Amino acid sequence: MAKPLQRSSPSRSPWLDRLSAFGVWSVALIITAIFAWIMGDILWRGAGQISWDFLTLPPQNAGRDGGIGPILVSTGLILVVCLSVSLPLGLGTAVFLSEFTAADNGFGRLVRRSLDILSGVPSIVFGLFGYTFFAQTLGLGFSILSGGLTLACMVLPILIRSAEEGFRAVPADYRLSAASLGLSRTATLWHLLLPAAVPGIVVGLVLGIGRAIAETAALIFTSGYVDRMPTSLLDSGRALSVHIFDLSMNVPGGDAPAYGSALVLVVLLILLNGAANWIGRRLSFQSGFHWR
Amino acid sequence: MTTLYPKFETSPTSQHPDSSSPFICTEQLSLYYGPQPAFEQVNLAIPAGQITSLVGPSGCGKSSFLTCLNRLTDLISNCRVTGRIRLGNLDVLDAKTDTTALRRRVGMILQKPNPFPLSIWRNLAFPLREHGVRDRAQIDEIVETALQDVGLWDEVKDRLKAPAQSLSGGQQQRLCIARALALQPEALLMDEPCSALDPISSGIVEDLIAGLRSRYTILVVTHNLAQARRIADNVALFWLQQNSGRLIETGSVQEIFEAPKSSITAAYINGVRG
Repeated sequence: MAKPLQRSSPSRSPWLDRLSAFGVWSVALIITAIFAWIMGDILWRGAGQISWDFLTLPPQNAGRDGGIGPILVSTGLILVVCLSVSLPLGLGTAVFLSEFTAADNGFGRLVRRSLDILSGVPSIVFGLFGYTFFAQTLGLGFSILSGGLTLACMVLPILIRSAEEGFRAVPADYRLSAASLGLSRTATLWHLLLPAAVPGIVVGLVLGIGRAIAETAALIFTSGYVDRMPTSLLDSGRALSVHIFDLSMNVPGGDAPAYGSALVLVVLLILLNGAANWIGRRLSFQSGFHWR
Repeated sequence: MTTLYPKFETSPTSQHPDSSSPFICTEQLSLYYGPQPAFEQVNLAIPAGQITSLVGPSGCGKSSFLTCLNRLTDLISNCRVTGRIRLGNLDVLDAKTDTTALRRRVGMILQKPNPFPLSIWRNLAFPLREHGVRDRAQIDEIVETALQDVGLWDEVKDRLKAPAQSLSGGQQQRLCIARALALQPEALLMDEPCSALDPISSGIVEDLIAGLRSRYTILVVTHNLAQARRIADNVALFWLQQNSGRLIETGSVQEIFEAPKSSITAAYINGVRG
């Protein structure tokens, strides 16, 4: 027998509503305030450091003087190595997972589960793996290549899962009508699914770049500390995050350039995210982009 | 392969298929999703150059029947088709049959209009290009002919580069029909092509289908008996019996609507059942 619906007393409900609204707003406010505080702090203490010389000159006196020129170059190279390995591998795996295996396929499930676990593995573990495998076993030593490849391993799970979601979000009718027009699977993939999946791929790319550029622990083991201008991918190169870590922990009086470097890192991250979003919008269909 | 894969004609001469012989014939055709049959033992001859309408209640295998005919069933895992389908002297279900060529001969229109997220022009040009038509002038001419065939040319000729998604629902469905026509098929399979459209667009698409009669062999699934009566030459009634779809009766529109042989057909067309 259905009981009559219990009504809360009309006076209690608005009071509770107001309280929970207050709770939600204050949590949001605290989060925003913390973020604003960190940004403000970095901006306040770092802005004075920024100059053309700081961005281009090599560090001197353990980083207390000079600039971060070679470090920016190393960071860029590590990122390039990381993305040029992880992007094709990640897209390939995402295509395999979404287009070539059914959602309930056992092997697909295994790959997905492994990726979810991998994306939760602490970066220091990736660093250790990168050191033993890339630096020692493959003999790449402390190098930009070792660091970039280690980062690629870290970024892959995030990239694959986001790209896979992007492919799955493409309506199934596109695949059906493409097939009923006698289009090959390859043509469908290249000309329909890939452009339609761009938003998901961009999300993965943004998250991946964020994780890669902020990484310190994995890079100390693999790309090393050397702050000279790298001349090849097999040179050791100090990443920006490693530089900040070193200045603030090991160099007395290194706080000011550490803040300057932190500001550069944050601005770089914002710029890269903006660029990824811009490229994504250009590539996706909504803006009316047409390939030849 | 040359007979199966005819060259594209820039201005197709309107073919008049020989209506005395069937275009497609199925023999003891059955389809199963896992252990569950969608329909079983369907023997149906579809006359060339005519409109054949598949009617019947939901879930009796009409749409599944369509997807067998262009082997779209290949895309569905867990799906098993038995029996035979003959298209001329081609054995459709033979594993060696070239599905790309088959699907060019037998086009398909889905229920919901689904133009690709490309420009209007490219929606037609992209499949053509993939089927080997590279010459820009020839593509332009085929695109124009196909759009004229569906009565869309005058509406879109000034904005061929606009996104296809900017068209209305009825225009989108006509674009999808044009996309199929551009490949110069011999037959069109239509799965409730009007049911996702508003009444006015539905009427326009219906007139369009009727206008394609005799140039193409058309097989159209519909829930709308009145529509079947208006546009079809022949009607085939599917019905759910013992949990699987069966073909109950086939005949010309007059036979089915005026002198049905089966009591199920009689009850269905009089609105007593279904």
